[in-house]
Formats: sequence, C-alpha cells, structure tokens
Amino acid sequence: MNILLDLFLTFAKIGLFTFGGGYAMISIIENICVERKQWITHDEMMNITVIAESTPGPIAINCATFTGYKKAGVIGALVATLGMIVPSFAVIFLVSMFFDHILELTIIANAFKGIKIAVGILILDAAMTMMKKMNKKKLPRAIMVFSAMAMLCINVFSWNFSSISLMLIAAVVSLTIFVLNGAPDQKGGEKA
Amino acid sequence: MIYLDLFLGFLKVGCFAFGGAYGAIPLIRDVVLSCGWLNEEMLAYMIAVSESTPGPIMVNLATYIGSSQAGFLGAVVATLAVVFPSFVIILLVTALLKTAMKNRYVQAVVRGLKPCVIGIVLATGVYMIFGNCFGSITAVACNVRAIAITAILAASMLAYKHAAKKKLSPILVIVISAAAGIVVYGI
Repeated sequence: MNILLDLFLTFAKIGLFTFGGGYAMISIIENICVERKQWITHDEMMNITVIAESTPGPIAINCATFTGYKKAGVIGALVATLGMIVPSFAVIFLVSMFFDHILELTIIANAFKGIKIAVGILILDAAMTMMKKMNKKKLPRAIMVFSAMAMLCINVFSWNFSSISLMLIAAVVSLTIFVLNGAPDQKGGEKA
Repeated sequence: MIYLDLFLGFLKVGCFAFGGAYGAIPLIRDVVLSCGWLNEEMLAYMIAVSESTPGPIMVNLATYIGSSQAGFLGAVVATLAVVFPSFVIILLVTALLKTAMKNRYVQAVVRGLKPCVIGIVLATGVYMIFGNCFGSITAVACNVRAIAITAILAASMLAYKHAAKKKLSPILVIVISAAAGIVVYGI
C-alpha cells in the first residue's frame, strides 16, 4: 500500500478508536507504530513522548506528526496529522448539529447537570495526578502554589488577566532565577 | 470577523497548551468565555462530550466551538488552528533543532511553565466544583442536589481506587454522573 495512504488510514483508525485522549493513546500508538508497522523504534517513541511533555499541543498529534515525518517527510507529517484529526472532527461535527435539540429532553438535560459536576471533579483529579508527578523542589512548588492562588483570584473576582499571561510570568521567573544562579547544569533536566 | 477570531483564539490555545488536554481546558475556558462564545454551562457539557467521544480532547473542543459559532468552516478553522503550533514545533524539533529541547535555557523555561499549568488546572477544578455546589462568591447558596452528586462521585472514585488499585476511567465517571443526574434532578 502507498505509504501516505497507509499513514492516513492507520492514524485515522487510532483517532477513531481511542477515547479519553492523551496517555490512553500512547500505548496504542506504540503498539501499532513500533511493534506492528515498525515505522519508528522504541527509543524514538520514548524520545517523542518526552518531547511531547515539554511542547504544547495534544500528545497524539505530536506522535502522528513525528511518525509521519520519519516515514515520508513533511507531506507524511501532514497526512498522518490529518488522519489523526479527521475522525474526531467528523464525530464532533455530527454531535454539534443536534446537541442543542437533545438537550431539550428533560432526562438528557438532567443527565448533563450531573455530567457538569463530573467535569469539575475530573479536572481536579487530573491536577492532583500532575502534582504527584511534579518536581518536589522549592521553586516549582512555589510557582505552582502562586499560580493556583492567582488563577483562583482571577476566576473568583473576574479579573481581566489571562492564564496565558500567568504562564508567561512563570516562564520569565523560572528563566531569570536560572540565569541569576549562573545557569547550572541540571541533573535529570527533563523532569520538571 | 468570526473566522479570524476563532483562528487566533485557538492558535493561542495551541501555543500554550502544555500538560495535555487538562492543561488546555483553562485556556480554552479563558478564550471562550472572554469572547462570549459559550457560557460556563455549555462549556462543561462540551468538555464531557469531548471526553466521551474518540480523539484528542483539545481537537474535539475546537471542532465543537468552531462549529457552534460559524458552522462547518468555523469548525475547520478552529481545529486547524489548535493543532498548527504543535505540528510546526514537532517538525522544527525533529528536522532542524534536534538539540533544542535539551538546551538548558529552554529547559528552564519549561520548568517554569509546567508547575504553573498544574496550578492553573488545580484552581480551575476547585473553582468549578465550588461553583457547582455553592454558586458564585457574591451569591453563596448551597445547591443540595449538586453537593449530593459531588459526594456520590467522590465516593465512587475513592472506593474504586481502593478496591481495584487503579483509577476509575473518566468515561465511567461521566456515565455514573449522568445516571446520578437523572436520579437526583428527576426527583
């Protein structure tokens, strides 16, 4: 089969059958791209997960772009990434067409009132999982606590201050302290 | 123009979405609420739908919000905008700047961003739960039904984790919450 078509169909399949995004996808991508198709090596897969951790964007997209590029250059990257997006795009687009109508049913509306509560809990749960894996040094902890307090105030008092500005401040603070300390070498620099 | 607003809004989200889908939710919330595209209620519904449908959550949210604001073309624009930054960054890192991610200054920036994202996600979760159960800070009122569902969910998650030694999957949490919603709000 043509490699471009193969890349597109393979990532479309991964996109269609993985729920929950993120880390659920990594094991499936690893299984298909490393073991079955042998498009990339295990080490490359490890590398890309580490890079994905430090770069923005959905991790599944990062993996698709990387694998596509390795197999067929920029066009391959484009095709694999589109393959990853198309199925979820189609599903959500269909949902969006009739979502308002199903909410008019009382029983569905009640279900969604319950679901709304689950969303808050899932977000808090995700934050706690990230905290457990976090670097336990003083500076990251201080940044975490300060950011949480600032974000809480922004929400509660409807301050006109975006979370992106908060992230930029954190980046500048971290970089400044690093430079003031004479830019020391970090052990296990990938972890943060 | 709405297409340009969608493109720039989601491009911003795509550039700063560290820490996976949950890291992106506060950013998407910022953009969506400040542009008045969805209210808090609809956004929470859509996060749940994005969790329960296949594919990356960020892509799902972009598609839905784009579609709700400007139809098919809006969905295409928002979806492409949210993936564009990570696509470009991965290409740059793999093709040209193989050592960029190991650069110590880049690492210092990333070390600042990550805990900040965690703090932002934490605050967003706490704020949403508080808002569901007690309303806003200016008009505090106990929402007994919401508190009951919160308790049911927290108890099921803790019990499952204790019994099965692993986490209840987000989809199951959503299914339980839907059932609890039907029962608690139905009576």
